[in-house]
Amino acid sequence: MRKVSKGIAPSALDRIVAYLENRRAKSMVKIGGLLVLLIVALGLPQVFSDPLTTDVAVLALLYAAAATGWNIFSGFTGYIALGHAVYFGVGSYAIALLAQDWNVPGGYEPFLLVPLAGLIAAAFAVPFGWIALRTRRHTFVVITIATFFIMQLMAYNLRNITNGSAGLSLPLPSYDWGKNFNLPLYSFFNLPFYYVALAILLLALGTAWWIRNSKYGLSLLAIRDDEDRALGLGVKTGPFKLIAFVLSAFFVGMVGAVHAYFQGSIFPPFAFDALFDVSIALMGFMGGLGTLSGPILGAIILVPAQQYSTLWLSDSGFYLIAYGALFLAVILLLPEGIVPTLRKLWLKWRASRSNIQEIPTAVTPTNGNQEDILVAEGPGRRDGVNL
Amino acid sequence: MAEVRLILNEVITGILTGGIYALMASGLTLIFGVMDIINIGQGALVILGGYLSYILQENFHIDLFLGLLLTMPLMFLLGLFIEWAFIRPLKRDRTMLSILVTFAIALIIEGTLGLKNTFGTDNIKLHAWYVDSSNASFQIGGFVLPYINIFVFVLSSALLTGLYFLVYRTKFGYSLRASMQNRTAAELIGVDVERVSAITFGIGVALAAAGGMAFGTTTAFNPGSHYDLISRLLVIIILGGMGSLRGALVASVVMLVIEDVTSVVWTPVWATTVFFALLVIILLVRPQGLFGRLEGRKQ
Repeated sequence: MRKVSKGIAPSALDRIVAYLENRRAKSMVKIGGLLVLLIVALGLPQVFSDPLTTDVAVLALLYAAAATGWNIFSGFTGYIALGHAVYFGVGSYAIALLAQDWNVPGGYEPFLLVPLAGLIAAAFAVPFGWIALRTRRHTFVVITIATFFIMQLMAYNLRNITNGSAGLSLPLPSYDWGKNFNLPLYSFFNLPFYYVALAILLLALGTAWWIRNSKYGLSLLAIRDDEDRALGLGVKTGPFKLIAFVLSAFFVGMVGAVHAYFQGSIFPPFAFDALFDVSIALMGFMGGLGTLSGPILGAIILVPAQQYSTLWLSDSGFYLIAYGALFLAVILLLPEGIVPTLRKLWLKWRASRSNIQEIPTAVTPTNGNQEDILVAEGPGRRDGVNL
Repeated sequence: MAEVRLILNEVITGILTGGIYALMASGLTLIFGVMDIINIGQGALVILGGYLSYILQENFHIDLFLGLLLTMPLMFLLGLFIEWAFIRPLKRDRTMLSILVTFAIALIIEGTLGLKNTFGTDNIKLHAWYVDSSNASFQIGGFVLPYINIFVFVLSSALLTGLYFLVYRTKFGYSLRASMQNRTAAELIGVDVERVSAITFGIGVALAAAGGMAFGTTTAFNPGSHYDLISRLLVIIILGGMGSLRGALVASVVMLVIEDVTSVVWTPVWATTVFFALLVIILLVRPQGLFGRLEGRKQ
């Protein structure tokens, strides 16, 4: 038999768990937790202000936003797109070309071009998405990869627009941003990028959250589970998939634009980077495909690992090997991703705890209220303990 | 007139070198047909095959074509291992996950070959008397035909004929085609689908080894070349129709001919783009490719 905590006063842990079970408290904890996270995110660069850390933080936020955008399409519909570097690159080139043509000076102004760059990327996604989404499963994946190679070739070959492999450079961010705040130059330089990246991430996350809780999101999940049945039930699968695809391209395009401004220059192999395709997919898979927090968690784990390992490993070959090995480990050992696995563990742990409490409640029903018994019943039955 | 002759010469070269891509693409499409997975690592495996031939030739002075007798079985075993270690454990959502797994394998191969202690990232090229001596080509009716192109064409023809007999004339071939048509039904009538899958993967990788040797004689390559290769191979198998051997052959030749002709009449810069554009146009009309079947509902 199980250990029965009969007659023993509930421990502090039990009390906390019982408190967390309360629904109102649950939402309070959730909102509070999110607020704390937001404050941490806002304050992070103020506390750790050395440029190396903020550099990594900016990239982590950018990748988190890109992975969240990617997840809106691939996570919800189950179509794994491996060509989102196209929209990253289009966003990068869009901001560079716009800044060049309109003579935008360095400073805050280029950030105003970021949404426009996102829209241009989204406009590119319409025809590409339309063609790719005529097919399914593998063929879809392969066509997204093909679009990536087409665009990379274009970036090399359309010399009058993209300047070929010589690349384009963006206006230099002005270095006196910190003057008004009496901060040393280097500590302030990354801050605008950090907050813009955070804003894009929040926008992407808000959109993903809204979609996840809307009827539209439900339709996307239905497409993931069984597209033909969803079509039969009246879900307009074609336009719905395309809208999700274009939305995800919009966010990835904005990320590309900020990334380009952050780096200061763009070249075809870095704007259209095959590793970017795999990176955001890996972040999604690692954190948990189709969850809201998964891609962000994946980015927060992966980007610092990437950045620091390129610093440590002098040989880029080792970096590729480590990356591939990590990818294999995640897919073979954690196929569902971190967030769903943790959720499962938490549910299991809770179920095992409620079983312990259940036996005394069965003996003396006056212990605990109605809700406790209801909560205890579910997992107990599932485990077959009570039957 | 000279123009026409030049174009005709390029068409012939395209057909001859198309055999190289046919080798690599038939492995890819075979694996897809039987196992329902796309081996994104095929490009990297081709490059690995090229490096193996390079090692044999540089260190042991073994002829490139003879070396295949060693590298192909070796790569076959490597294919068996990859299938056993990384593809078979995928139970859930195999189709999508296998693409990522094979991509990861490609990265590991690229990284290993590109280490400073192994080969580094410089271009290498395979050499032999029939590749780079001054009289390594002969002229027939005014057309210049390099020996290597002919040898490679003979090699691809031989291997593809062998593959044809294996698939259509042997008991293993029956099992293979049964697994292609319906995995579950094949299992029910007693085909060991897992064994067939493993061997198919091995054959696909062994073909990549041969393709790598052939590729290395015509093109300089480095560990990063696999991106370019896999993009072409993917386009070939989509154009031909996923899982269709015939489609892979036709599409390989079509692609090479179009590229060669474009680079002569227009410019080499746009040669690949023309082919990609053709792919997009064809997909608009026939999403399933030239010889493919439409993807129906899979249970």
